[in-house]
Amino acid sequence: MTSVYIPEMARLVGVEQMTATEKLFTIELPNGRSLGHDPGQFVMASVMGVGEAPVSVSSSPSRSNGVFELCVRQVGDVTNALHGMEPGGWIGVRGPFGNGFPVEKMRGKDLLFAPGGLGLAPLRSLINQVLDERGAFGRVIILCGARRPQELLFRDEVDEWVARDDVECLVTVDRGDDTWDGHVGVITTLFHQISVNPRNTVAATVGPPIMYRFVLMELLGKGIPESQIYLSLERRMRCGVGKCGHCQIHDLCCCQEGPVLTYAQSKGVEEAL
Amino acid sequence: MSLMVLNKGAVGPLIEALMADYRVVGPQAKGPQFAFGTLTDPAQMRLDYNTTILPPKKVLQPQQERLASYSLGGKPSVEQIIEATPTVLFGIHTCDLHAVQLLDKAFSEEYPDAHYLARRDQTILVSLECLEPCDEHSFCKSMGTLTAGEGYDLHLTDLGLAYAVDVATEAGAQILSDYGSASEAGDGDVRRLNDVLGAKWPRFTYRLEFDAAELPALLSTAYDHPLWQELGDRCLACGSCTNVCPTCYCFNVYDETNMALTEGERVRRWDSCQLDEFARVAGGENFREARAARQRHRFMRKGRYIFEKFGELGCVGCGRCIRACVADINIVDGFNAIQRSA
Repeated sequence: MTSVYIPEMARLVGVEQMTATEKLFTIELPNGRSLGHDPGQFVMASVMGVGEAPVSVSSSPSRSNGVFELCVRQVGDVTNALHGMEPGGWIGVRGPFGNGFPVEKMRGKDLLFAPGGLGLAPLRSLINQVLDERGAFGRVIILCGARRPQELLFRDEVDEWVARDDVECLVTVDRGDDTWDGHVGVITTLFHQISVNPRNTVAATVGPPIMYRFVLMELLGKGIPESQIYLSLERRMRCGVGKCGHCQIHDLCCCQEGPVLTYAQSKGVEEAL
Repeated sequence: MSLMVLNKGAVGPLIEALMADYRVVGPQAKGPQFAFGTLTDPAQMRLDYNTTILPPKKVLQPQQERLASYSLGGKPSVEQIIEATPTVLFGIHTCDLHAVQLLDKAFSEEYPDAHYLARRDQTILVSLECLEPCDEHSFCKSMGTLTAGEGYDLHLTDLGLAYAVDVATEAGAQILSDYGSASEAGDGDVRRLNDVLGAKWPRFTYRLEFDAAELPALLSTAYDHPLWQELGDRCLACGSCTNVCPTCYCFNVYDETNMALTEGERVRRWDSCQLDEFARVAGGENFREARAARQRHRFMRKGRYIFEKFGELGCVGCGRCIRACVADINIVDGFNAIQRSA
């Protein structure tokens, strides 16, 4: 039996510095095979000799071209090592694992995306998938926040979303600077600028734990049902396949039943948010 | 399959014969306690043991095992490592046997664990019926693990001068006929066995004040119970309870590279949800920071989560966590306290 814990070595074909602490890695699996992921799923990424860490896939399945992208913040041992790598290097990959966002349930609905900071990394996969099938969905609203202008990820793509007529995209930063002439304020300050038809709206939000509390209040305040609000949770994971126990939240195994959960599932679980 | 009888004098020769072809692991004295270990002499086996410090999970899921070897430089190569040796696990009590069946489920479902399953495949289980309680901490009778009807290859019951041997599998029958000298049980043996099994029950007491089957439902309403804070205030977060638990299987994974940074091994080791860093992510957020929340997590896993996932309770009543706790945290007392306040 082949062990599920053995990573496949994949070629790093692109490295782009996105911010002071985030890089975008473009990875090519052997023989041009596609990763076959759903938006919201993650891979276990290895730097052999250092270790392995879970990372959400940032590229859309609709734009695979034989490669996939990981947007990684330099924050721990494995991500530090990743940040030291250059194109041509090798990354161990296992997965994709976990559940993704329920794209099927989103068809025909108005969509509200609320990415905060690095939360844009997994949501970008979903947003681009939706935009590549734009006609299958209702309104597409994107409320995007970052702490400072230079921390805003995927700047070019976000600018495109802002420019599109068929996307309502608002961007804010917590603190502006000389280069920033856009909206200033935390992400929740964008919510009063839009109105939604709550019954027909599906929301997806990803960001740091502190952000969830406030964004969820806004989403619920707009009347969006708890079962139509999706979020993705970050957890320590050592196996990705429901064995090692690290990612368990109350009775949920995050790597299998998550990382995408509805608010209805995670509400009231003090360890969840 | 069949019931055989093995004279006590024939156990030593059986073990000796098995040792030629198998790693034979059995209970041995370790200071004033007992521990499972590889036998180098049949005389080391102590089938009169009460309980062992660590459960037999250490044979099926070792404290440390290698998952893969790798070489660095250029394109790293990764080779999987399966550590499995033909093994006879001899003399495990029925609480631990139930725990092994739970580990089997945990490592088989959805994504099968090749490392565990290869080891399990090569392991023959010889279990032993308990006729006396280990000590005041065991609560197997409450957890329904005081006996076992399945899960073993051979099952021994002490009849005095001989063991009754329930032969449950082909593999069990094979080692008994190839390495031992057992005879078929006669009517008298069956009567004696039934007498022995019937006589043992009154010696054990129920320690849970309610039916264990009620645990999952009971705990589903106890998430905010004041008990957790009480336990958290006493817990030293040492992880002893999970280390000695026969059904705790959480692990961590490490890369260990040689000094020349040319090659290394990816290994896994037991880990514990009671340790501070267990649920901490790289960015620093710790999702189960309070000791109260960590104790709750352990109780919930034993009494509820595992049941919801595999249909069996995660506690087999062996009492090891109670014996091992330096802060006198007692899982039976905890369950009873929750039930009393429900």
